[in-house]
Amino acid sequence: MKQSILRNNKFRYLLNTLAVVLLYLLIIFLTSGGILNRYQSNMFIQIGYNIILAVSLNLSCGFLGQLPLGHAGFMSVGAYASALFSMAVDLPVYIEFPAALLIGGIAAGITGIIIGLPALRLRGDYLAIITLGFGEIIRVVILNLKFTGGAFGLRGIEKHSSISWVFLCTVITIFVIHTLLKSRHGRAVISIREDEIAAEASGISLTYYKTVTFAISAFFAGVAGGLYAHYLCILDPSNFGFMKSVEILVMVVLGGLGSIIGSVVSASVLTVIPELLRSFADYRMVIYSLLLIIVMIFKPSGLFGRYDFSLGPAIDSAFRRIRGLILRKGGAKNK
Amino acid sequence: MTPILDVCNLGIKFGGLQALDDFNVQVANREIVGLIGPNGAGKTTVFNLLTNVYSPSRGTIHLTGKSTKGKSTHEVTQFGIARTFQNIRLFKNVSVLENVMTAFHNAMDYSMFSAILRLPSYRKQEKAARKLALELLDVFDLREMADTLAGSLPYGAQRKLEIARALATNPKVLLLDEPAAGMNPSETSELMMTIKDIRDKFDIAIILIEHDMNLVMGICERILVLNYGLIIAQGKPEEIKNNPIVIEAYLGQQRGE
Repeated sequence: MKQSILRNNKFRYLLNTLAVVLLYLLIIFLTSGGILNRYQSNMFIQIGYNIILAVSLNLSCGFLGQLPLGHAGFMSVGAYASALFSMAVDLPVYIEFPAALLIGGIAAGITGIIIGLPALRLRGDYLAIITLGFGEIIRVVILNLKFTGGAFGLRGIEKHSSISWVFLCTVITIFVIHTLLKSRHGRAVISIREDEIAAEASGISLTYYKTVTFAISAFFAGVAGGLYAHYLCILDPSNFGFMKSVEILVMVVLGGLGSIIGSVVSASVLTVIPELLRSFADYRMVIYSLLLIIVMIFKPSGLFGRYDFSLGPAIDSAFRRIRGLILRKGGAKNK
Repeated sequence: MTPILDVCNLGIKFGGLQALDDFNVQVANREIVGLIGPNGAGKTTVFNLLTNVYSPSRGTIHLTGKSTKGKSTHEVTQFGIARTFQNIRLFKNVSVLENVMTAFHNAMDYSMFSAILRLPSYRKQEKAARKLALELLDVFDLREMADTLAGSLPYGAQRKLEIARALATNPKVLLLDEPAAGMNPSETSELMMTIKDIRDKFDIAIILIEHDMNLVMGICERILVLNYGLIIAQGKPEEIKNNPIVIEAYLGQQRGE
């Protein structure tokens, strides 16, 4: 059978790039074309950094198979590091902001390594508890340090996070994590999820891959933190508590452990729903929780399971299906 | 001829239990050695010691003249000892092809950076690994199933895939832990042919634990018999078959003797 052009690699790159550009233009059109108001436009920024948080947590949760509960901790390290940097220096935004995000990411990544080395010796619920503990430690340390503003929070951060910046960071995050997973390194990470003993017997260093994956996951959480800091312009340690970690975890589990598209969709949906439900005021959280319970009852593996979306084959099979339908109809007429 | 694997005085104690003691074996290249013994004799313990899952209380292991002491399990694999497991351990939610490609991990050396940017080194090595993996699957008649999930393979195919994955690490010595467990007689005889094929094609030594005596007697050039952590007999299959000590270990002493 002849291979469809849609499954050709180069064509797929082109297609994906085109889709990303179109999506960007659509968002810009919606936000600056006067269709959405300012409040609604800002939702895209929230969706963006939530997607980064969810996808990065999915890396260590869904692909590495560990259960860390301190993602908000890494996010806060990144947020404070990047905010302090951008407050200290005065450079053009095109240099300052990416540098600040990078510094936020690296600070979070290093924290990830420091916490990961001892914590990743443990498995399952023990790892969950110890990372939960570390997450709280980070929060309390920030609360008590002078230069982070303590309980008053950090004020006077410049507002750099525009929709374009957030969009760019989100695309880069998804791209990096996706391509990394489709390599020997990604296979090593997934093999650890599947069977640690067999992975080790296949020559894969558990300590190395667990720590590195944890650090990459923390790095992107730090970048998301940077975006968050330069969006809200004020940082308060109480925003990075245990509940924030759980919120991110819920996005990952709802979307499907091990599905990047799942994390993207559920992060978007779970960011928008609480806002849409604002008119129900008191019943808002009840509806939100009910929704989660219903999904977990009927689709315990998450909305997307382990399904990973890829544009080329998806369009290809859609075409085939449509053509099949047309042919069948034509056949029926001929009879 | 110098042995490829040289195990000397190997022993391990679990608390008060001497699980293995005075275990000596020299394996030459291209040799197939059988390891048999009643349940709990310490056969799998030998494998776990050879791959440094346990560190021995005493004794040494040398592979091609170099000691494996202090290496971690994945380093021993890189060094040249690969194994399969008694209870199959595959990456179940990953395709058959990817299972094998995972084991090619150390044959490739491109960095994360070139993986992210899809640099030529990534594309070249991935392509080569894919080709090698498919060839390896051919040896085990698994090529048609390359894209199915490993967990949904039939039992016999899962056993074969595990051997293929072990071979992908390019070992000098292959340890097979009950490769024929759960197979029917025709599958077992097919497996016997495959094991011989592997030895000839890949030029490696094989040590196998097995309870199926047809298989053991059929392909092993030398057999070691373990009981209560000690080697009680070793020799050619015919010698083992008629050895009274071995018969006693398996069937017990005859009454009235």
